[in-house]
Amino acid sequence: MKHRAFFWFILPTLAAMTLFIALPIVSVFVQSLYVQHEQVLVISENCGPFGCKQSTSVDIAATEKLREEAPLGQFNGFGTYSNRSHLAFAEVGAAWATSDTIDAFWDEVVNLPFYGALTFTLTYTAAVTPLVLLLGLAIAIGVNSLPSILKGPSIFVSLLPFLVTPLVGSLILFWMVDSDGVIGAIIQLIFDDPNLSLKASAALTWTMLILYGVWHTLPFSFIVFYAGLQTVPLETLEAAQVDGATKWQRTIYVVVPHLVPLISFVTLMLLMDNFRVFEPIVSFSAEAHARSLSWIIFNDLRESGNPLYGSAGATSMLTILGVVFLLTPVLIRTWRDFKGAGR
Amino acid sequence: MTKQTKRRVTFGRIISLSLVCTWLCLAAFPFIWTFWGSFKVQSDFFSKADWMNALWGTNTLEQTGSAFTSSGYQGAWVIEKFWENFLNTGIVVLSTVVVSLTFGTLGGYALARSGFRYAFWILMAALVFRAMPHITLVSGYLLPFFEWNIWGHLPTTIIVLVAINQPFTLWMLHSFFLNIPKDMDESAMIDGCSRFQAFRLVIVPVMWPGVITTGLFSFLLAYNDFAVTAMLLSEENETIIPAINSFLGTTQVEGKVMYAVAAVVSATAPLFVLILFFQRQIVSGLTAGAVKG
Repeated sequence: MKHRAFFWFILPTLAAMTLFIALPIVSVFVQSLYVQHEQVLVISENCGPFGCKQSTSVDIAATEKLREEAPLGQFNGFGTYSNRSHLAFAEVGAAWATSDTIDAFWDEVVNLPFYGALTFTLTYTAAVTPLVLLLGLAIAIGVNSLPSILKGPSIFVSLLPFLVTPLVGSLILFWMVDSDGVIGAIIQLIFDDPNLSLKASAALTWTMLILYGVWHTLPFSFIVFYAGLQTVPLETLEAAQVDGATKWQRTIYVVVPHLVPLISFVTLMLLMDNFRVFEPIVSFSAEAHARSLSWIIFNDLRESGNPLYGSAGATSMLTILGVVFLLTPVLIRTWRDFKGAGR
Repeated sequence: MTKQTKRRVTFGRIISLSLVCTWLCLAAFPFIWTFWGSFKVQSDFFSKADWMNALWGTNTLEQTGSAFTSSGYQGAWVIEKFWENFLNTGIVVLSTVVVSLTFGTLGGYALARSGFRYAFWILMAALVFRAMPHITLVSGYLLPFFEWNIWGHLPTTIIVLVAINQPFTLWMLHSFFLNIPKDMDESAMIDGCSRFQAFRLVIVPVMWPGVITTGLFSFLLAYNDFAVTAMLLSEENETIIPAINSFLGTTQVEGKVMYAVAAVVSATAPLFVLILFFQRQIVSGLTAGAVKG
């Protein structure tokens, strides 16, 4: 395709992506260098019969005017990045100096907002992704051996948790595991503890969120693997059978190697989607024990009346860096493939 | 020896079948339960006394005289005016799908037919954009949108959703167009068509299966979005998903959780119908990216 024709074909989509994805990243970066204005204070002296008193009050008009003139706030450089809510260099340094063991140091670091959210996001991603890969593969093999009349309905049922709106799906689960819901009630019955609540402890909340994540994303890996199973060459399977391989051996040595390219694709998609975990925390109102990077950005922006654009911007930039870091292996591999194909 | 092998096979089969059964129950049960419970009163669905109440509707019978009540739906749709949110969702989703498919087919076709290096870089950038959490972009939109006075309106949200949708649409349609033989449009161009004519006369008639599949996913992205719609729409323009969320804040205080339950079931219904009719296309779409690697 000639450059000229290519340009006109790609123009609408490129314009949309530049204006609403690339430029906002720049805008987020600029935003992160500023902090919101402090309120303008006026000190006035009130003199009465018992002497003079100084009182401080907020000059609302002046504050408004300042905000209107420079909505970004005042320039702060990289100050927001290093403050307590983000990379917290000073606090981490102090924790390192004062704590005796690695555990104590870690406890203090995890209590810092950014590191806490990063820890949860990474734990969630690292727990959900392998679980979903394994279970998805197992279920795909199971469904593949079902009589064909049952295959369609089982795929239909499996698609529901994946395609349902994340906020809605997690609400449905939350209402069931809540202490008044059916699962919550049964768990209380089993452990014989009427006050047991899944929201009570951090460990239970994390488990609940991870189980939701598995429930929500498992259908994706299941369906991709199921489709992959349809293309396993029958001859190889038969040859393995003739050679005396058991079903288990055939699965491990024929089927799984055939699915390896799919596994890397599914892993990539799962990593991208799990890293942005956000809605279940809103639905489960789990923010007391579990906050993800997306959630703390959302929270900064929601700060009623006075959104913390600078803080949200800094967290966003750090999150984007995290995503790029996560994708680097894929990008390098694709680049090699592309160069190899070109030659 | 043969006996042993046989027994092992059946044992493995039992495990894999029970795994499938467990999964299918786990996948379906929450939906059935919530659907059933949405016709009960709150003291049944969130029963403090006995969870069996939600099955039989003991309190529902006591309070309304029947084991089923539609008061949740009435509360959501009539009193809380949920239909307005539904209308907004309809507008947003439909426009997003149409615009992003138009942009996406043109771009995807160009990328599939261009072997230049910049085509590769555009696809790579799209991959990175696809991976970015949507909320990180939203924090970049808010200030400029407030400044330009375009915050809160439906068209703003539509164009933002179109843009967020583009990376995925591009990848999907790019791999779809790669499967359409180059010879088709190239022979049309040898016959004297311009590139655009070749696209319109030769490619457009055969592209619909891929476009429909991609459209389904654009629909899902726009319909399921929470981060963008919750932050960029004013209260009167809210779509259903942020509406359900703000519902929760207000209704829990007033003890009207059943409104939210009814709204949640109503929001799931269109997705249910979508899967019912387009199951095959959705499955092929999920695997399309995988086959290309």
